[in-house]
Amino acid sequence: MTTTDVEAFVQDIRATGPQPAGPWKVAARRLRRNRTAMAALVVLIVIAVVSLASPLYAEHVARTDPFVSNVGGTTIVDGGRVDVLQESGGLGLGVTPIGPTWDVRHYFLGADNEGRDVAARVLYGGRNSLAIAFGAAFGCFLIATSFALVAGFFGGAVDEVISRGMDLIWAFPVYLIAISISTVLLTQNLELGPIELGSDSLILPMMIIALIFVPYVFRPIRGQVLAVREQEYVRAAIAQGASNAWLIRREVLPNVLPSVIVLLPLVTAINILVESGLSFLGIGVQPPAASWGSIIGDGQGLLYSRPWVAIAPGIMVVLVVLALNILGDGVRDALDPRTKLRVER
Amino acid sequence: MTVFLVRRLVWTAFVLFAITVLTFLIFFATPGIDPAAAMAGRNTDPATVESIRRDFGLDRPLPVQYTMMMKRMFVDRDLVSYTNRGVQVLPQIKAAAPVTLSVVLGAAVIWLLLSTLIGIAAATFRGTVIDPLLMALGLVALSTPVFWLGEVVNLLTQSRFHDSLLFSWVPALGYTPLTEDPLLWFRHLIIPWIVLAVGFIGLYSRVLRSSLLEVQNEDFVRTARAKGLSERRVMVRHVLRMSLISFVSLFGLDFGALVGGGAVLVEVVFGLPGVGSLIFRSASGLDLPVVMATVIYAAFFIVLANAVVDVVYALLDPRIRLGRTQTA
Repeated sequence: MTTTDVEAFVQDIRATGPQPAGPWKVAARRLRRNRTAMAALVVLIVIAVVSLASPLYAEHVARTDPFVSNVGGTTIVDGGRVDVLQESGGLGLGVTPIGPTWDVRHYFLGADNEGRDVAARVLYGGRNSLAIAFGAAFGCFLIATSFALVAGFFGGAVDEVISRGMDLIWAFPVYLIAISISTVLLTQNLELGPIELGSDSLILPMMIIALIFVPYVFRPIRGQVLAVREQEYVRAAIAQGASNAWLIRREVLPNVLPSVIVLLPLVTAINILVESGLSFLGIGVQPPAASWGSIIGDGQGLLYSRPWVAIAPGIMVVLVVLALNILGDGVRDALDPRTKLRVER
Repeated sequence: MTVFLVRRLVWTAFVLFAITVLTFLIFFATPGIDPAAAMAGRNTDPATVESIRRDFGLDRPLPVQYTMMMKRMFVDRDLVSYTNRGVQVLPQIKAAAPVTLSVVLGAAVIWLLLSTLIGIAAATFRGTVIDPLLMALGLVALSTPVFWLGEVVNLLTQSRFHDSLLFSWVPALGYTPLTEDPLLWFRHLIIPWIVLAVGFIGLYSRVLRSSLLEVQNEDFVRTARAKGLSERRVMVRHVLRMSLISFVSLFGLDFGALVGGGAVLVEVVFGLPGVGSLIFRSASGLDLPVVMATVIYAAFFIVLANAVVDVVYALLDPRIRLGRTQTA
């Protein structure tokens, strides 16, 4: 233990009286003291709040509907009224959307090919990107942790079947499986019994991304379950006649939960990257809805004339993924100080 | 050891078989999905859908359809595309594979070299400003979407600064085979290589650094120092060698995934007609034979990479090697 850790420990005891703080409280306190991680968390919260406020921005500030095309529209630049789509110079073929005005009320980041406000679309896109990434991460962890608990706890043939199944998905190329499932599902609606999912539903990309990463989360957690299963306190509980369900819920799950939580921000970060990649290829979020990836895709054709359409959403992706990775490092250090001590010894 | 190899071989064959079945089921048996209607496109009249269904044998039972397709792929080797009737599938993959291999191999050389250097530099200069700086850069690199980076680089090299001395050598987006013009091949690929490598450099240098620092505390490193070996020899022969284990397993999986179509985003952004582009194009057109054949090709690389990783593991770590020969 370093001196600061000892001090922190003493402070913990003083703060809570004779009872030492539980491991979760200690971890939370350690995370709060990590300035870089806290800064990352603030960036995440700001981006999430701003994205959630996208309808407010579109209705009250930019006064535009970013989901209908506005080809004949006009806006105000420097007090004068101009067309959103302007005649291209040179040969005069086609039109070029207006570039960034850097005026939050009038096409702050310019317009896309259909005359829609890019700034408003980036905000709405953020909402979709974040919803899919976080939703997929939770879905993925729910599935992976359930399977890991069952496989690791019961072992034997059950473990063999589940683990081999996971190996199988692991051997499947990630982008290939995503591309295959997306293209099939995007042409028609998926029917699962009474539930019918339209191809424009956010649930589809969420499910696809959640599924392809299940084996990546399953493997480390199953390893943890196997280790916890052999601990003396679990044997003691078995000796006392505890049921399997009780053992999994009260002994195994709480002890593998830290590993699950450490992985969560990192997997969410990867999800953001995968979602943007799929949407960029046109097989994630479907138009007229937007996500950061699909806006970068929209901007591909305008890259040399109006680069901000593609650059702006990309900056958002980098910011969010960076913040999630930093937060993930912070959470890991907070929950498992041993890794830090081992590295810094 | 023989038992181990045989078991490994049987499992590999089973994985490949299961992957073909899975891909087949994704396209033909997803609830609510009618492959004939999907191939016909939206808003097609029922008669056309029916004729497509009969033409492609989609009205036959699923196992029959699956066997027919596998037979044409492996036995007759004359599988043809659905959307471009008459175009054979295997030559398409044969044409696309060298492009992807060129892209991935070049990028791999760059990212292995640079990440090893950066990882060692960061571990060596720990406690100075260099270490956190390199690691922060690495974090930014691995947080950047590769296709966006490609677009930004295209903007700079193809448009904004294309006429400047710096980037006037950059050819228009596309690909030239190595055998045709090696120099042009290199000029086409050097930028995609760097763009693809950036994220991996970030990830690998971070992984290598933390693994180097961890291994430095192992007993065998103390022994090596106690033997009086030079610090450099300890670093290269003992610490780096052990650290390369996590590095190698990561590399095997990433390399397999990239060769097997994971490079699709870079290929699309830079207009390279590789395997990723092929899958993407054929999947969009629901060109099932092409997708099936490519998925099998891709899975083959990934499964192969897994097997190679296991062997290299054993070569690098005497503990694993000896342990395995004893048990097998």
